[in-house]
Amino acid sequence: MTQAEIKLCSLLLQEHFGEIVEKIGVHLIRTGSQPLRVIAHDTGTSLDQVKKALCVLIQHNLVIHRVHKRGVVEYEAQCSRVLRMLRYPRYIYTAKTLYSDTGELLVEELLLNGKMTMSAVVKKVADRLTETMEDGKNMDYAEVSNTFVRLADTHFVQRCPVVPATENSDPGPPPPAPTLVISEKDMYLVPKLSLIGKGKRRRSSDEDATGEPKAKRPKHTSDNKEPIPDDGIYWQANLDRFHQHFRDQAIVSAVANRMDQTSSEIVRTMLRMSEITTSSSAPFTQPLSSNEIFRSLPVGYNISKQVLDQYLTLLADDPAKTLLSDLDPRHEDLHKALGCLSTASLESVVQERFGSRCARIFRLVLQKKHLEQKQVEDFAMIPAKEAKDMLYKMLSENFISLQEIPKTPDHAPSRTFYLYTVNIPSAARMLLHRCYKSVANLIERRQFETKENKRLLEKSQRVEAIIASMQATGAEEAQLQEIEEMITAPERQQLETLKRNVNKLDACEIQVDETIFLLESYIESTLKRQ
Amino acid sequence: MAGNKGRGRAAYTFNIEAVGFSRGEKLPDVVLKPPPLFPDTDYKPVPLKTGEGEDYVLALKQELRETMKRMPYFVETPEEKQDIERYSKRYMKVYKEEWIPDWRRLPRELMPRKKCKKGPKSKKAKNTDKDTSLTNTADVLKKIEELEKRGDGEKSDEENEEKEGSKEKSKEGDDEDEDDAADQEEYDEEEQEEENDYINSYFEDGDDFGADSDDNMDEATY
Repeated sequence: MTQAEIKLCSLLLQEHFGEIVEKIGVHLIRTGSQPLRVIAHDTGTSLDQVKKALCVLIQHNLVIHRVHKRGVVEYEAQCSRVLRMLRYPRYIYTAKTLYSDTGELLVEELLLNGKMTMSAVVKKVADRLTETMEDGKNMDYAEVSNTFVRLADTHFVQRCPVVPATENSDPGPPPPAPTLVISEKDMYLVPKLSLIGKGKRRRSSDEDATGEPKAKRPKHTSDNKEPIPDDGIYWQANLDRFHQHFRDQAIVSAVANRMDQTSSEIVRTMLRMSEITTSSSAPFTQPLSSNEIFRSLPVGYNISKQVLDQYLTLLADDPAKTLLSDLDPRHEDLHKALGCLSTASLESVVQERFGSRCARIFRLVLQKKHLEQKQVEDFAMIPAKEAKDMLYKMLSENFISLQEIPKTPDHAPSRTFYLYTVNIPSAARMLLHRCYKSVANLIERRQFETKENKRLLEKSQRVEAIIASMQATGAEEAQLQEIEEMITAPERQQLETLKRNVNKLDACEIQVDETIFLLESYIESTLKRQ
Repeated sequence: MAGNKGRGRAAYTFNIEAVGFSRGEKLPDVVLKPPPLFPDTDYKPVPLKTGEGEDYVLALKQELRETMKRMPYFVETPEEKQDIERYSKRYMKVYKEEWIPDWRRLPRELMPRKKCKKGPKSKKAKNTDKDTSLTNTADVLKKIEELEKRGDGEKSDEENEEKEGSKEKSKEGDDEDEDDAADQEEYDEEEQEEENDYINSYFEDGDDFGADSDDNMDEATY
């Protein structure tokens, strides 16, 4: 794991789970798989805290455990999974667009809790939805279950590996840790539950002022005592499927930008038809004949078969994208599509960082694969000195690399060709590394800004709480005015600036994450290809 | 060898033309220090994407951050005791739900060790932690009055003992509580109560009790 990745993981863990979990998590990411005692010793934390941290990390699928020889249990952290935490809002938003509020809340609960049983998550979501509904209305469990089943059918949620049922006649002592298994066909099987009920509204007496310690709240032991019908069957969000969705979205929007709406619809149809049949890491979609595509087009688009064929030929002949294969049945070359998208990201980065002329040189070298210094100047029509300068700038930042072609066996520099070329996977990796660094910087800056203004934030929170409580007890307008004036005008301005900055930094993180996704998908697909 | 021709004089081993500099031209300066930490950028960055979708995702992100802090998975670092007990701190404690992991899925070594004797006491420690601190201080004051009657010397000793005992228990309670809760249901509270003469609910509070009793102790011993 690179330093930038480790730093980013550390910041994400700290924000979401606190310092102790962060310390353990980062230690595991750095050192690989380790047993419990070694972790406690190396990090200098007490055994109890390490145990707690590991429980939390395992619950959230960030750490896995494995039994090694001699019965030692080792824990291994999954760095890439930690980095996914940055993308949680995007997953939740996608679920909202596909399955509306119910789906959104289901995915949110699953992501927040790592894994949950179906009954637990359905109940929680029904309660939450009931809160937002008008008085007197309740959310039915059946509706929520239906959405859950739909999510499972489209593979957006999947079952976690289960403890294998051991027979009672097992002779030896039970293993120190269960080895969890799951078979492919069981992964999306929804258990037959008859969840009857409606969501409960929280009693208004429970919503005391948040300051009051709520010890007198009756413990929910009654829920624990009832036997849960789907005990032991846990569900988690299937991040790969979300990634597949994002990738399809990116391809469709790229086609829409390059050509027109209709061609993007065709591409979307093709991708949708192979959604469940192709695994997420396959380089090609399933071959589909043009008849099948014609039948599956959405109802609104009544284009004739010939027009469809013309579009398909157009898409296939596109020199830059070469998405489709030439013959019928056609399939999409997903690897190439990802490559094109990553290249586009690289090009735009070069343009924004170095200027449009640099971008021209970059695109030139991309197109011609290998060019000499002189040729670059000629083709790009840029004066020699500037071209030289730009090439070296890009070379120093590793967007462009040099390829040596010696004329003589002794590689004498005066008798060697030096060609400029763009090595796309390597440039993509470099850019990805930079993205990780940027996100880490953004998070740090946001934390710094919040910390600087902590006193002011707390003050404004207190004032808001006071106003809220006064409004609840029916205060006059004048009194409220007085309380509001406790925050002076310059302080208000400061708060405004802080809010604006924090929003901007957050938005930056989200958008850098989109580039990260693209580059990671591309690199993953190059690895799978080999 | 031909290569030594330019001894003492700058001579390139390769054709300088190939790299792009003409002979005799001034080469750029040698860089003697690392590049600046925040270099000036020539071009302004591209403005961020804006739109309904982006705004919604932004709001989601900020809400998620807040929610995570309130979940039971957010493990608080045990704070060091502050010198002055802040009145507001008592009322700002956030109530967190318990979380008990499914022990069947986890390695056995992760389960907290069951300490039979201290178990139910730690549970009670947790219970009384969450109880309103007002009743606690009331109890403490009552207890102190009682002890005052028994005599000054004895009182400070006993208070010391109780304070240390309860602190120890509450520390362990803090660590293992959430994990132990499932195990404690079997123990009968009454059974444990018979073990000693003291009524346990009086004294189980680490933080508040420590500060309060300190003050009282100072006043008592002259």
